Amino acid sequence: MAINRRIHPAARRGISVTRPRKSVAMTLLAALFLVYALVPIAWLVINSTKTQPDLFSTFGFSFGHSFALWDNVVATFTYDDGIFVRWLGNTLLYVGLGAGGATLLATLAGYGLAKFRFPGRSAYFAVVLGAVAVPGTALAVPTFLLFSQLGMTNTPWAIIVPSLISPFGLYLIWVYTVDSVPTELLEAARLDGAGELRTFFTISIRLLAPGIVTVALFAIVATWNNYFLPLIMLSDPDWYPLTVGLNQWSEQAAGVGAEPIFNLVVTGSLITIVPIVAIFLFLQRFWQSGLSAGSVKQ
Amino acid sequence: MTRSTRTTRKTAAALAAAALTAMTLAGCGSGDGPGAAAPAGSAADLDAALEEGGELTYWTWTPSGEAQAEAFMEEYPNVTVTVVNAGTATEEYTKLQNAIKAGSGAPDVAQIEYYALQQFVLSESLLDLSGYGFGDLEDTYTASTWSAVTGGDAIYGLPQDSGPMVLLYNQEIFDQFGLAVPTTWDEYVAAGEKLHAADPTKYITNDAGDPGFAQPLIWQAGGRPYQTDGTTVTVNLQDEGTKLWADTWNQLLEPGLLADIPTWSDDWWKALSDGTVATIVSGAWMPGIMEGSVPDGAGKWRVAPLPSYDGSAITAENGGSAQSVIKQSENPALAAAFLRWLNSSEESVNVFLENGGFPSTTAQLNSPEFLAEAPEYFGGQQINQVLVDASKNVATGWQYLPYQVYANSVFPDTVGTAYTASSDLNAGLQAWQEQIVSYGDSQGFSVNK
Repeated sequence: MAINRRIHPAARRGISVTRPRKSVAMTLLAALFLVYALVPIAWLVINSTKTQPDLFSTFGFSFGHSFALWDNVVATFTYDDGIFVRWLGNTLLYVGLGAGGATLLATLAGYGLAKFRFPGRSAYFAVVLGAVAVPGTALAVPTFLLFSQLGMTNTPWAIIVPSLISPFGLYLIWVYTVDSVPTELLEAARLDGAGELRTFFTISIRLLAPGIVTVALFAIVATWNNYFLPLIMLSDPDWYPLTVGLNQWSEQAAGVGAEPIFNLVVTGSLITIVPIVAIFLFLQRFWQSGLSAGSVKQ
Repeated sequence: MTRSTRTTRKTAAALAAAALTAMTLAGCGSGDGPGAAAPAGSAADLDAALEEGGELTYWTWTPSGEAQAEAFMEEYPNVTVTVVNAGTATEEYTKLQNAIKAGSGAPDVAQIEYYALQQFVLSESLLDLSGYGFGDLEDTYTASTWSAVTGGDAIYGLPQDSGPMVLLYNQEIFDQFGLAVPTTWDEYVAAGEKLHAADPTKYITNDAGDPGFAQPLIWQAGGRPYQTDGTTVTVNLQDEGTKLWADTWNQLLEPGLLADIPTWSDDWWKALSDGTVATIVSGAWMPGIMEGSVPDGAGKWRVAPLPSYDGSAITAENGGSAQSVIKQSENPALAAAFLRWLNSSEESVNVFLENGGFPSTTAQLNSPEFLAEAPEYFGGQQINQVLVDASKNVATGWQYLPYQVYANSVFPDTVGTAYTASSDLNAGLQAWQEQIVSYGDSQGFSVNK
C-alpha cells in the first residue's frame, strides 16, 4: 500500500483512514458475523445453567425451570474424583511447554533465517513453506507410529514434542524480522562489540515482541484446541487434555451402561473456553499489530 | 453439540480407527491361527496367583467397574486393580489396537463388545482362557452370550452382560392415541402410521441409521449375512432374512415414519423425555438406563416382547460386552483369576446388577427375587419376566465379521445414505456389502470367493 501524496478525492470529502465512510451493507454483514459467532456462546452460557432434565425438556435459548449453574460448576470439578481438574492441569501443561516451546523455537529459527546468510537457506525456506501447507491432522497417524516405535505413546511427551513444531510461526517471525529489525541496527551492535546472542536478547527480541505474541497466540490456541493427536496418542484418561476429556464425557451417553452427563459436558465446555477468551482479550492489541506485519512497505 | 460436529467427530474417529486397525490387521492371515497358543495353565494356577497378588490394569466403561474392582481388592488384598475408562466402545477399541500395535500400554483385562470380539481374536490379541479350566463355566451363562465369546474350543473372554431385544413403549402415548401393543412388525408399522397421522410431531421410533441396531434386527429376521471360516469370509447382505428386515423397515423409512434422530444423541435423550418417540427397540439393558437417566419418563414406560414377523417369540442380541485378557498382560494367570471373579462370582454380578446392568449369568436371571422385581418407574410391571423370557428366545447361528468395527464405521456412508434420502434400504445394503468385500480382500481375507 503506497501512500499517495496527492490528496485523494475521498479525503477532500472528509473521509480518511481514521474516519472511514460508513457502509450500511458492511455494517449489516459484520453484525451478521457477530451474531453467528455469539449465538453458540449464548447457547453455552444459557444451557450451563440447566440441570440435565431441563436440558432435555426446555427450549435451547431460554432458561430452564431451575438455575443450576453453580451446582453444575461444582459437579464438573468434582465428578469422578475431580478428573476435570486433572484435565485442566494437563491442558495447561501442554500449552505451557508445547506452545511456549514452539514460540521460542519459531522465534529463534525465524530470526536466524531472516538475518543470517548460510548455505542451504533457500532449501530450508522451501521446506518450511511446504510444511505450512500440511495440516497437523494429516501427520497425526504417522506421528503416532513414530512415537509408538520410540515407546513414547501414552506419555505427555507424545503431545508436547509434536506441539513444539510450528512452521507457520517460524514463517511469520521470519517475515516480521525482515521488516522490523533493521540490519543496520544489528551491524551497529556488532561494531559496538555485542555478541550475536546478546544482540538478539537485548535488541531484536524487543523489536519482535508483537510478532512473538502473535506466534504465541497461534500456538496457544492450537495447543489448547488440540484434539486429534491426544485422542490417538493417549489411552490413560489421567493424561487427557480438556478436549479429549470432554469428548469422553459426551461419549458416555452412548451404548450399554450409558450414563449421560450432558449438563457437565456443557458446563465443562464453558469453563474450557473462558481462559482462551481471557487470553485473547488480554493480548489482542499485540495480535492486531502483529497481523499487519509486512503489509506496509517502509 | 450440533449434528454436524458430531458427524465430523465420528468421521475423524472412524478415520483414526480405520487407519490403525488396517495396520494391525495387515499382519493376520499368516502365521499360526488364532488360539493356536493356549496357555499351559490350570484352575489351580489362578488361586495361586490370587494368593501371590500383583497389579492389574482393567479397561472398562461399565458404570459399576470401579465398585466391582474395589470389592475384588477387599476380598484379595494382595491384588491391586487399576480401573481405567479408556473410552466407550469404538473409542476404546482404537486405543486398544494402538496399544497392541505399539507393543506396550495395553491393559491386562479389557471390556470388548461381542460384535468387536472377533476382530481382536483374529489379530491374536486375546488370551485363550480354556487352559485355565474356563470351559467349566459354560453353564454359568446364557447360550447366546457363551457362544459369543467362544470359537471352537477356545474361550476368549467371559460374558458380562446380555442384551436380548425387547420393545419399550410409552404407555401414556399409547393410551392417548388408542394404540395396541404390537406383537408383529406389520402391527408395528400400522401403529407407526396411525400415530404419525394423528400427531405429525410424534413417531413410533427413531432411527437415523445405526449398524448396532440394524444388525440385531436382521439377526431376528433370520438373516445370517456373515459367515467366517478362518480367513474365508462370505458376505450376503441380500439373503432372505436381511431382505425381510429391509423390506419391512422400508415401510417405516420411506414414508417418513421414523424420527431422524441419531440414537444416543442429546436430541434422542430429549425425545425419550418429551414423548417424541413412542417406542424404543433395544436390548434388555435399556430399562436400567431409562431409570437412571430419563427421570421424566417415570411411570410412563412399559416393556413388551419384541414384535416378530410371524407372532413367535423369537428375538436377537443387541449389544452386550465380554471382558477378555489381553495377551500383552505380564501376569496372565492373575488377570484370568480377576476375570473369573469379575464375571462369574455372585458378589461381583450383584454389584453389577445394583448399577442397573442386565446380566448374562443364568443364576441371576432365574433367581426369584430378580424375576419378582417390579420397578415403580415401569408402573410396577415385573419387567424382568419379559426380559428373561427374551434371553431364552435368542435365535442361534449369528456370526459377526472378523472386521466388524471397520464395517460398522462405513455403515453411515452406505446404508446411511438410504436413511438420509428415505430411500430403499436394500440399495444401501448392497453398497455396504461392496465396501465390506473390498476392505476384507485388501486385508488378506478371501471374501465371497
